[in-house]
Amino acid sequence: MVIDCKHVWNYISDFIDGALPEEIRVTVQKHLDHCEICSAILDSTRNIIILTADDRVFELPVGFSERLHKRIDLELMRFAP
Amino acid sequence: MPQVMNRPEPEMIAAILAGDIQLYHELIRPYERSVYVMALSYMKNETDAEDVAQEAIVRAFRKLSSFRAESKFSTWLISITLNEARTRLRRQVLVRMESLDQLPDEGNGLSPALLRDWHEIPSEAIERDEVRKLIQQAVDRLPDIYREVFLLRDVEELSINEAAEALKISIPSVKVRLHRAHLILQKQLAPQLRTVNRTPKRRLLPWL
Repeated sequence: MVIDCKHVWNYISDFIDGALPEEIRVTVQKHLDHCEICSAILDSTRNIIILTADDRVFELPVGFSERLHKRIDLELMRFAP
Repeated sequence: MPQVMNRPEPEMIAAILAGDIQLYHELIRPYERSVYVMALSYMKNETDAEDVAQEAIVRAFRKLSSFRAESKFSTWLISITLNEARTRLRRQVLVRMESLDQLPDEGNGLSPALLRDWHEIPSEAIERDEVRKLIQQAVDRLPDIYREVFLLRDVEELSINEAAEALKISIPSVKVRLHRAHLILQKQLAPQLRTVNRTPKRRLLPWL
């Protein structure tokens, strides 16, 4: 089976996730081995996922945890015997 | 109190329901960040996101007796958080709400940015405030249905099944939305990150 670039783009997320059926994965891999553009798209997509998942991108505000647990304490006091 | 923190969740939940309510502090600790990130994905500013996160966590305590162990506590908690955020937005009439199970239009030919030579991870880039803002803004700009799936799956690392359960949508919908979120972010961010990452010291991706 031969696929073109647009087909490969449709498979990128499942390829990164390791969720492609073996036959399709092999076909996509063969295409990636020879297509500089698609391999750059794959890598840039994967890199963006890695960067976005970095804890420093979406940091908790300073004092968030303390304020949250004070709020929980207020709630728990309503239920305390 | 490590002996408390290591207790299995079902046991902690049972103890809380039996009256040891202070344990709720420990039950919730591992999920503070996830709840906040999901709240932020809707509320778009830190103050509102913190309000939503606090309210969701308190609401989860009030509803704890209705938690059924068929799902994970984290999934249930995220679901409550999303509901809280959506309810608050509806009240504020700030955004147009989209159907929960609306399938994205797959026929409009979204394509990624065509790049060459972007095989390296910009490892130093994340340390720069400018880059963090670029990423946050790109995620903020995603349509709701893509942003929530992306955050649950790729940032909070829920499984496809857990994301589907938290959002009350089908597994194929999660996959389609996640893929489209990837393509949108790649198209928007990859060229910008390539530009801002012109530093001499780079680290190759481990899988290359």
